[in-house]
Amino acid sequence: MSEMLMAPFIGVFFATAVYLILSKSVIRMLLGITILGNGVNLLIFIMGRVTRDIPPIVPAGLKQPIGDIANPLPQALILTAIVIGFALFTFLLVLGYRAYQELDADNTDNMRLAEPPNPPQPPLSY
Amino acid sequence: MESQYETELDLELPQAMLERTTSAAEWNLILPVVIALMAGALLAMVRHSRGSQVGFSVLAVLAIIVVEVDLFFQVLETGPVAMTMGNWLPPFGISFIADTMSVSFALAASFVTLIVLIYFQAEIVPREVRHGFYPLVLLLLAGVTGAFLTGDLFNLYVWFEVMLIASFGLLIIGGRKMQLDAAIKYGFLNFLATTFFLVGLGYMYGLTGTLNMADIALVVGHADPAPMTAVAALFLLAFGMKAAAFPVNAWLPASYHTPDAAVSALFGGLLTKVGVYALLRIMIALMPASRELFDPLLTGIAVLTLILAPMGAIAQTNLRRAIGFFVIGGIGAVFAGMAVANVLGIAGAVFYAFHSMLTMTAFYLVAGLVERVTQATDTRQMGGVYAADSLISILFIILVVAAAGLPPFLGFWPKMLIVEATISQSDWILMSAVLINSLLTSIAGSRLWAHIFWRPGREGANSEVPNDHLRQLNSTEKRMALSAVCVLVGVIVMLGLLPNLLFNAANFAAMDLLSPQNYITSTGLELGSNLMGGTQ
Repeated sequence: MSEMLMAPFIGVFFATAVYLILSKSVIRMLLGITILGNGVNLLIFIMGRVTRDIPPIVPAGLKQPIGDIANPLPQALILTAIVIGFALFTFLLVLGYRAYQELDADNTDNMRLAEPPNPPQPPLSY
Repeated sequence: MESQYETELDLELPQAMLERTTSAAEWNLILPVVIALMAGALLAMVRHSRGSQVGFSVLAVLAIIVVEVDLFFQVLETGPVAMTMGNWLPPFGISFIADTMSVSFALAASFVTLIVLIYFQAEIVPREVRHGFYPLVLLLLAGVTGAFLTGDLFNLYVWFEVMLIASFGLLIIGGRKMQLDAAIKYGFLNFLATTFFLVGLGYMYGLTGTLNMADIALVVGHADPAPMTAVAALFLLAFGMKAAAFPVNAWLPASYHTPDAAVSALFGGLLTKVGVYALLRIMIALMPASRELFDPLLTGIAVLTLILAPMGAIAQTNLRRAIGFFVIGGIGAVFAGMAVANVLGIAGAVFYAFHSMLTMTAFYLVAGLVERVTQATDTRQMGGVYAADSLISILFIILVVAAAGLPPFLGFWPKMLIVEATISQSDWILMSAVLINSLLTSIAGSRLWAHIFWRPGREGANSEVPNDHLRQLNSTEKRMALSAVCVLVGVIVMLGLLPNLLFNAANFAAMDLLSPQNYITSTGLELGSNLMGGTQ
């Protein structure tokens, strides 16, 4: 039942993340990426059911536990995903700060060093 | 009480475990990743002593190549080899599985890494070595090799992230402003792509109850096809972004030209190909029903990527950015093979990705040499290099021809397979797109060649006045960089003249992808049965 309660939350997480990632400011994009990561982690979490009625133990002589257990594997998966996501988020945060210092810009419209605006015309010779 | 449990377990275990010792050949599967990770960690510890790092990293990569050559011939002989951690049968144990495609890609990856390491000796910057160039290269190789060899979707995600974080480090290692700008775009878009992959993976586990690729191939038919299509769409988006296919390719031309040429070469050879590998594995071997549904979409992506990418190259004046568009064009050819999806098409796609790994690395390295000679990155300031160094111009034109797919060089054979496949399906639009791509690529490449090498001076200069900004390569550059590139181009030419081994390997790879029975049984799973009954 709690999956039903969680599902709209995940939707809100995704919607907020998309809104933030679409903005021009690097810091907002970063927040968006974090929220998206949390939304995805919650999504994987409820993929394994959220319940505590039945313990996730396989009874002797059977291959599967009886009834709907909360599968522990997705919980282990999101632990990994949280750690990796946090590492990458930290890197992007430092990168964003360094870019803010060096390029003096938090607006992606002003970050055009690698792809200069008004590029030169391709050569007409040959 | 305790003894009772023990007897119960003894009865259960044989069903969940492989009861045989792991053979030496199976250890070969995990060795490349282990060597790369250990060497990367050791190099990170000694990153302040410059002298020992080069030798040690080259030795580590050589060891990886030896293991992978052994594995390659073993896989050609006996079919896919698998090793499951702890001998737990899938879906419990995490598998490493090598089939012809994965092991040949891994071999190409470590070979180009070796070439790049030697090339780097010519453009070595002490600060970059202190900041960890060598450990990052080894970790990148570990991530790429792990992604090629793993047989588990979540493990694939972890290797993607290993690769991603190492590539972040390499991309910004010089600390130039342009690199920061590029790293922001590269970082955000690639992180987003892996997040989409993670979403797909979560749904996949929810629907099939397994993440082992061999196990998924077994049970995917029982799952509800409608949500499976959504999963396949997520995977297509995620790996399409990684591979830089047309509508989601923006990060590649924004970032690949900013780091040192050696790093560009490593990226051009390794990164997009991992996306291609994952697409081939998932779309062809694991979810063939969804691929059939996406057939028009794949065709559309292929046609647009094939035609627009070389046009981007024609419009560029920055040399390495133009080469970035050649990389994207190659991805279009792979998508074309995937859209046809018969043995010929898949063999062509696998062969093309292999060729692209070697050719694109060589292309970036030659571009680095050109930049050293002309001391410019923009083709408008280049010119007259043919007179200064004719060997570089020969290497460059060979690579243009190889990338365009004209005989007798390496790029011709996979394109021939792909064109043959499109003809066998009477898909004339796709066939013309592949041929137009060859034409446009050769136009773009020969324009670059004409402007850099043939034209005597810079743009706008009097044609009689030679370019006075050129310099000769010094002896280190000749000894390390030029000879490394010559070896790589030599391999490309040799493989182009004697393509039989590669043809056979590509055929094996295609057959294993299209009918993954051998892939599945290699892990110890039995066809037609699975332990978990396909439910969670």
